[in-house]
Amino acid sequence: MTTIAVVDYGMGNLRSVAKALEHVAPDYNVVVTSDGGDIAEADRIVFPGQGAMPDCMRELDARGLREPIIVASQHKPFLGLCIGLQMLFDHSEEGDTRGLGLLPGRVKRFPAERMRDASGNKLKVPHMGWNQVLQNRPHAMWQGIEDGNRFYFVHSFYVEAADPELVAGRTNYPFAFTSAVARNNIFAVQFHPEKSQSVGLKLLSNFVTWDGSSDMSKDKAFGTANV
Amino acid sequence: MGLSKRVIPCLDVTGGRVVKGVNFVGLRDAGDPVEIARRYDQQGADELCFLDITASSDERGLIVHVIEEVAAQVFIPLTVGGGVRSSDDVRSLLNAGADKVSINTAAVLNPKLVEEAAARFGSQCIVVAVDARRVAGSSPTRWEVFTHGGRKSTGIDALDWGRRMQQAGAGEILLTSMDRDGTKEGFDLELTRAFSDTLDVPIVASGGVGDVEDFVEGVVRGGADALLAASVFHYGELTVADVKKRLAAAGIEVRA
Repeated sequence: MTTIAVVDYGMGNLRSVAKALEHVAPDYNVVVTSDGGDIAEADRIVFPGQGAMPDCMRELDARGLREPIIVASQHKPFLGLCIGLQMLFDHSEEGDTRGLGLLPGRVKRFPAERMRDASGNKLKVPHMGWNQVLQNRPHAMWQGIEDGNRFYFVHSFYVEAADPELVAGRTNYPFAFTSAVARNNIFAVQFHPEKSQSVGLKLLSNFVTWDGSSDMSKDKAFGTANV
Repeated sequence: MGLSKRVIPCLDVTGGRVVKGVNFVGLRDAGDPVEIARRYDQQGADELCFLDITASSDERGLIVHVIEEVAAQVFIPLTVGGGVRSSDDVRSLLNAGADKVSINTAAVLNPKLVEEAAARFGSQCIVVAVDARRVAGSSPTRWEVFTHGGRKSTGIDALDWGRRMQQAGAGEILLTSMDRDGTKEGFDLELTRAFSDTLDVPIVASGGVGDVEDFVEGVVRGGADALLAASVFHYGELTVADVKKRLAAAGIEVRA
């Protein structure tokens, strides 16, 4: 039986993530775990995160999970969620924290002086609610999800990828920030698919069948509109 | 295009059951929180708010089971409030599957609680519920914070309180006008606008919705980020879909 490990490093509730995975993959074994051995044995890894990045990094290290995560991120289908996306990068402004450095780039706070929409209305931080994800390249994880579908977000920091090739999706608030990244077997999103109703469940169900490759050349499901 | 405005039905729960009339056709069990949550989800609710109004202390734990069951089947954000007294209460609701926990009276009795809970769980999941009432004859208009379901006056200025709670780490304010609650006269737009202009965190407007135009006004004139209503949805006067259709027609972004 295929096992999906949801990595638990003590930061917040993972019940919703686990329930949503069980919902889309009833035949899979979904384990919420803080054991490096479980992560090493699992077929697929979901790396969530909640709260503040300094706490997340500290708790991850306190459980000895840094190495198992780094190893798993090199070859297994790997899905980062929210702070789990941010932690993959080099550095975060939040508490001036070093990330795992698996992907090049930095995490920044929404700048107060830029938080106005085109009509001059104040935009709130955290960025909380349903916003559009514009897919800027095809990927197996986007199958069955329309370009511009809305997902649920709640965050005050966003990633700025150093390599534009990493960006798989963008969201406007009010400028275009990176809301999804992809490289090889890693796919990571700023939003919460487990709270994004049917489109979110579709993304999770894509993850459970994704072969972990970023090669979309053989994928016929994508029209040129998405490329 | 950008962030959409949220429409949030609020369910009053006591002893594990939803109360107030729920007029959905064909519900097997009109008070079953899971069935009702599913219906609202199908109508396009962007989020659900559960307000625990359980009076007896031995039944208060039932809200945790309600949230567990709903969270296992309905995959949209859930906010839970009512009777949250401590950081441990927050934890047990989050563990049950709540995405946000709303703190009201306890924040006034112990302002440190919001700071403590935000530091422990993150601002993203801490909502402070502010029940505000106009101070008669004040000019410019001022509002005062009330607690205990709007029964107890505190003497605290509502806007000052909002600022303090934002600073303490509240990630959102659930703002209820006690003057308008239950009146069907629409949101207190002046109150909503004052909060929205003053604070940087999202404001959920609540209290007073009577018809679909009130939702439009809440956004256009009140500047609300999200709109909460209970009875218009429960009594079947409006569906969430009706509201979103009208908001969209008024040029307001909503999730289809």
